[in-house]
Amino acid sequence: MLYQLSVLVLVVPLIGGILAGFLGKTTGKTFTNTVTIFSVLASFLISSYILYTILNQPDLIFNQNIYRWLEIGSYSFNIGLLIDNLTASMMVVVTFISLMVHIYSIGYMHDDPGYHRFFSYISLFTFAMLSLVMANNFLQLFFGWEAVGVMSYLLIGFWFTKESAIKANFKAFIINRVGDMFLLLGIALLFSLSGSLDYSTVFSSGPMINNQLFFITENLSVSALTLACILLFGGAMGKSAQMPLHVWLPDSMEGPTPISALIHAATMVTAGVFMLARMSPLFELSESALSFVLIIGSITAITTGLLGLVQFDIKRVIAYSTLSQLGYMVVAAGVSAYSASLFHLMTHAFFKALLFLAAGSVIVALHHEQDIRNMGGLRKRLPVTYTTSLIGTLALIGFPGFSGFFSKDALIEAVAHSTVYAHEFAYYCVLIGVFVTSLYSFRLLFIVFHGPLSEHNNNVQEPQLSIVLPLILLSIPSVFVAWPTVGPMVFDSFFSNSIVQPTSIELFGYEFTDSLHFLTHALSGPVTYIAISGIGVAYLFYIKQPEIPNKLALTFKPIYKLLREKYYFDYLYENILAKFFSSLGNSLWNLGDIKFIDNYIVNGTARKIESLSNKAQLLQSGYIYHYALMMMLGLSVFLGWVIINKIGMAS
Amino acid sequence: MLTLQSYLTLGAIIFSIGVIGIVINRKNIIIIMMCIELLLIAVNFNFIAFSYFNQDLAGQIFVFFILTVAAAEAAIGLAILVALYRNKKTIDVQELNSLRN
Repeated sequence: MLYQLSVLVLVVPLIGGILAGFLGKTTGKTFTNTVTIFSVLASFLISSYILYTILNQPDLIFNQNIYRWLEIGSYSFNIGLLIDNLTASMMVVVTFISLMVHIYSIGYMHDDPGYHRFFSYISLFTFAMLSLVMANNFLQLFFGWEAVGVMSYLLIGFWFTKESAIKANFKAFIINRVGDMFLLLGIALLFSLSGSLDYSTVFSSGPMINNQLFFITENLSVSALTLACILLFGGAMGKSAQMPLHVWLPDSMEGPTPISALIHAATMVTAGVFMLARMSPLFELSESALSFVLIIGSITAITTGLLGLVQFDIKRVIAYSTLSQLGYMVVAAGVSAYSASLFHLMTHAFFKALLFLAAGSVIVALHHEQDIRNMGGLRKRLPVTYTTSLIGTLALIGFPGFSGFFSKDALIEAVAHSTVYAHEFAYYCVLIGVFVTSLYSFRLLFIVFHGPLSEHNNNVQEPQLSIVLPLILLSIPSVFVAWPTVGPMVFDSFFSNSIVQPTSIELFGYEFTDSLHFLTHALSGPVTYIAISGIGVAYLFYIKQPEIPNKLALTFKPIYKLLREKYYFDYLYENILAKFFSSLGNSLWNLGDIKFIDNYIVNGTARKIESLSNKAQLLQSGYIYHYALMMMLGLSVFLGWVIINKIGMAS
Repeated sequence: MLTLQSYLTLGAIIFSIGVIGIVINRKNIIIIMMCIELLLIAVNFNFIAFSYFNQDLAGQIFVFFILTVAAAEAAIGLAILVALYRNKKTIDVQELNSLRN
């Protein structure tokens, strides 16, 4: 029963997407949004039912192959489903956010000529993301991984007449390719070591793999498992936009805002974090891999947060915030607190989707204005958007009582109690990150909604219901979702059937009793004070004395320039790496392809045959007596050969 | 007493004359046909010689057949020659090189 329902969850958005894509243009907007919204709604309801069922009857969890796709020798590759607590909770989060975004898009995309295309894409994206999450083997994971990448590519470049959008989707696609290559190598390595792609087989042979060495050269070897884990994490670095593969995410804001909320904040970019949790039985065996994860995560968390301070595009600020929060999730995975990582993933999905959709609401209200310098004082004109943004922002900075507080506090607590290499570095990074987060979040909030209302924004008004409704629906979980869930999900054994991690006492050094008690924890740790001081500084900088930031920018000009230029990553990639590779490609093309293959092998064969046949043509005089002579000569040579052989045999 | 060897030598000489006639002839296609007849005669000569010295009549019977076929062949050859002459107005081998190109 549960099995059929799970298949249904997966298939329904696919059908919805296909119907909307092929029939949408002829049948009109109502058909398009009805069919896709109802398919995603159905998917969401069934997912919730599945989660509810397996919470009550944990023995219903299953890992089953649906279909044998391919068989090579003794290896078989299956399409299968693995439904456990991790999968089920991800399914609910993905389908819920997707549903909100579908509803929101009715209003946001209303006048767009690509209406049906858009709905088709986001439904197909939902299908792809679900198949990534529900996979029971690496092959299907990889399929989902690539499929979400394709949908992301199509949606970033949704307005394909805009040059910047085309460049952004190219960038996203190419940089994701780099990560995907690592992922594929990791999968291949695991396959060669364990002989299977099924999660259960690979995980059970983990300890055996751990003892094997991988020889890079004759004398240089590394632990095969560590290498495999780092390669898998390389894939996560691409998809979850970790340093130094993060550059595509801010540019992906060229896509429509609902996409930024759905794909580039709530779901797809968290695929890497999801994968880390899924692979926890492997990562737990390799301390070096965990340290690597931790270091990359902490660098991402702090550095990208700083970039959010100097951006003026409303969506880019939130994009950098997403990067920084992804860094937090990766840090949590690095200290083995996968449950905290996933919990932050879930709360972040709600409040970041909320923040993006609120930003979209502002953008619609101001007729597609995205520069925050042209905003200000909008709180009186857009009260609902303001309130929901405030809720999202408070949740983002981890203000006590909001969902973000529970996830972030648990996460930082886990870092504080970690013993992994580089945990101290990570701890300071995440603490500074908290300050930076609240500074840029409130900078955005103050600049957009407070201050004087400018003249041309005087008759701005709240957008239509389908835009405002998802904001309200999302702000509810942004506040409350953590209250009942933090105990079981982070500290208790909710994920024990899907994730391998140390006990919560070892991880957090904290005995969880109830959520209210956990709230008092805010007073004892530094996190809340740091967050509130961030708000204070933001208030001082952007409301009380707005000239301070400019002065600071002038005083620390090199630092400001470094931040404005995003640490010169784009410069490095464009002018050094891309140039190097394109000149390498060009020279290979000129030397290898044009000169060698085309000129030598392809055309060379033809030329040689032509010159040989020109020579052979000389024999063809056309005179009968020449041909007759040839016949005679041939005959005598042949006869001579026979005779000589005969003589040789006789003697 | 004539030996087999002298007969074979004569046959070889006739055959060579035929070959040389074909190869060095630069003028007339009829000469080529005559040379082909010479080749056949040389072969027949060998047949008869072997037949006589081996005391076996089969060889001489072969010669009858070959001569008959050769006569028919020559007739066809001459007919082609006539047709060729009607078309090309020449039987000069130097000009008959339309096999080329």
